[in-house]
Amino acid sequence: MAQVILYNVTNGLIIGTFYVLMALGLSLILNLSNVINFAHGNFLALGGYLAFTLSPVLGYWGALLVSPVLTALIGLAVERLMVRRIYGRDPVYSLLLTFGLAFVMQDMARYIWGPNGLPLGLPDILSQPITQELFFITWYRVFMVAIVIVSVVGLFAFLRYTRVGLRIRAGTFDLETVSVLGINVRNLRTFNFAVGCMLAGLSGVLAAGQIGLNPNMGDDLLMPSFIAIIVGGVGSLIGTLFGGLLIGMAAALTTVVYPAASEAVIYAILMAVLLLRPRGLVGEEGMMS
Amino acid sequence: MTTAVVAGKPAEKTSAAVAGLAGRQRIVLLIAIWAALATVPFWLPLLGGYTALAGRVLVFGLAAMGLNMLLGFTGVLSFGHAAYFGLGAYGAGLTLRYLVHSTPLAMLAGTLFGGLAGTLFGLLIVRRRGVYFAMCTIAFGQLWYYLAYSWNSFTGGFDGLRDFHREAIGWGALTLDIGNKPTVFYFFLLAVFAAAVALMGFLLRSPFGRTLLAIRENERRARFLGIPVERHIWLSFSISCFFTALAGTLYALLNNFADPLALHYSLSGYFVVMTVIGGMRTFWGPLLGAAVFVVLQDYISSMTVNWMSFIGVIFILVVLFFPRGLLGTRRYAAK
Repeated sequence: MAQVILYNVTNGLIIGTFYVLMALGLSLILNLSNVINFAHGNFLALGGYLAFTLSPVLGYWGALLVSPVLTALIGLAVERLMVRRIYGRDPVYSLLLTFGLAFVMQDMARYIWGPNGLPLGLPDILSQPITQELFFITWYRVFMVAIVIVSVVGLFAFLRYTRVGLRIRAGTFDLETVSVLGINVRNLRTFNFAVGCMLAGLSGVLAAGQIGLNPNMGDDLLMPSFIAIIVGGVGSLIGTLFGGLLIGMAAALTTVVYPAASEAVIYAILMAVLLLRPRGLVGEEGMMS
Repeated sequence: MTTAVVAGKPAEKTSAAVAGLAGRQRIVLLIAIWAALATVPFWLPLLGGYTALAGRVLVFGLAAMGLNMLLGFTGVLSFGHAAYFGLGAYGAGLTLRYLVHSTPLAMLAGTLFGGLAGTLFGLLIVRRRGVYFAMCTIAFGQLWYYLAYSWNSFTGGFDGLRDFHREAIGWGALTLDIGNKPTVFYFFLLAVFAAAVALMGFLLRSPFGRTLLAIRENERRARFLGIPVERHIWLSFSISCFFTALAGTLYALLNNFADPLALHYSLSGYFVVMTVIGGMRTFWGPLLGAAVFVVLQDYISSMTVNWMSFIGVIFILVVLFFPRGLLGTRRYAAK
């Protein structure tokens, strides 16, 4: 029994970290650009597929480094060509645009890489279990969690200590003032969108090693990421971090008791938060209204 | 437009906005729409279509018009209306399958089920605005999708709810055999559609409907005028959910089938794009948009396996180049 619980706790941690990476990217874009990126799950899949294509050439480690950057570049192009045209318009247009984009990207992935699942090969050292007793915990799982911790710490340090990061945070609170102070808000938003896509690409590479690749692999992660943002509190990245971990853990622990309800418990948390603490666990008053 | 509710002359403009057009044009448009709808079984087969396709246009058109009451006439964005549509469909299907073999009761049950779910959820989110409101509606909508998807024994899971069919209506000599005769069923759909649309038009022309327009145009001003904004948005959300749920029950009757995809957020996206294609701030726009979208989707998915790309490109093109929609541009051009 202890092993079953431990197994599900590590599962919850891993699922939670996927939610966190994905939701942090969504949250960055939402906070600065007021755009819900429906295609975020497709940027995740794109990152995974790029790693699949690159790893025979660059090896796993090379692909792990390069494919998130490529995903970010594609995100940058998408922002420049399409998304930036709808800033400041009725939110209905941003939703429709990214929704259409999600359809196109999913279909393109299916067209290029085929409809069937593909595996992403891992280096031998990562596929070993860490000990005999804990045979279900491979080094890969430890590695994934470590990478996520490093990138989350890196992101927060970037937002806190670099000039661009400070501008992004300032823009979240008052974009107009930031613009009046002579900062190029258009470029800031483009860069921010690319960073969000890079996080999605990174989680795509990591997810591909764990669950394999398929064209709609991002869809299952998209909805929990929305919920992580609402639960944590819109406008707060720390909130998104806790929200993601919380629902990942809750879903995994429910699996121990009653597997069929693991999805439902996420929605139960959502309803409870909307009912009891509408601004979210860490969110600021007024941010959501 | 911000003075629409206060001053006399611009107020007439809003009444034109409710109908989409003004004066004689409006009467011509109304006659054209109803004449076209009433004669569908005669002319559609000549164009290579089939009557069920027209039924689908009516059903999705009604759902999109219901959504538009919120989106176009209150200025509040819901991206989760498929939930209420699907709940209507499942409500009707489950009633027919497990409870009674009666079409009117199934429609009543489905409409109440979807409408009340929307009414309760509306209470939770009525203070949110813009994208955050939309995000809450999407997330809540998916709850029902997962429920229908996982509760295999009751809802049929991913394969959908089968083993029910619409029953004939009426008694004795006055029986309408909507079960076996597609044309009779089409006219039944049209009658329900007409009644619902008439009610919707009545609501939007009432002082209540004008108040919704006032909130859309300037929420802060409406609040200063003493309008309880939250309550109106909640009522608008609730009524809109009832209309969409009614459309959902018709969908279940049309297909004799209810599937989880009727609850999925993709369908919510379809409703929104139908509304935008036709013209968000016009009364008849969503019906026109539904006709365009349903026919295009039917055509594209019969032509290519990559239909998703085409649908996605339609979304993108509409947003970038055609945001006011068919009837919308007509109105702006006429000015």
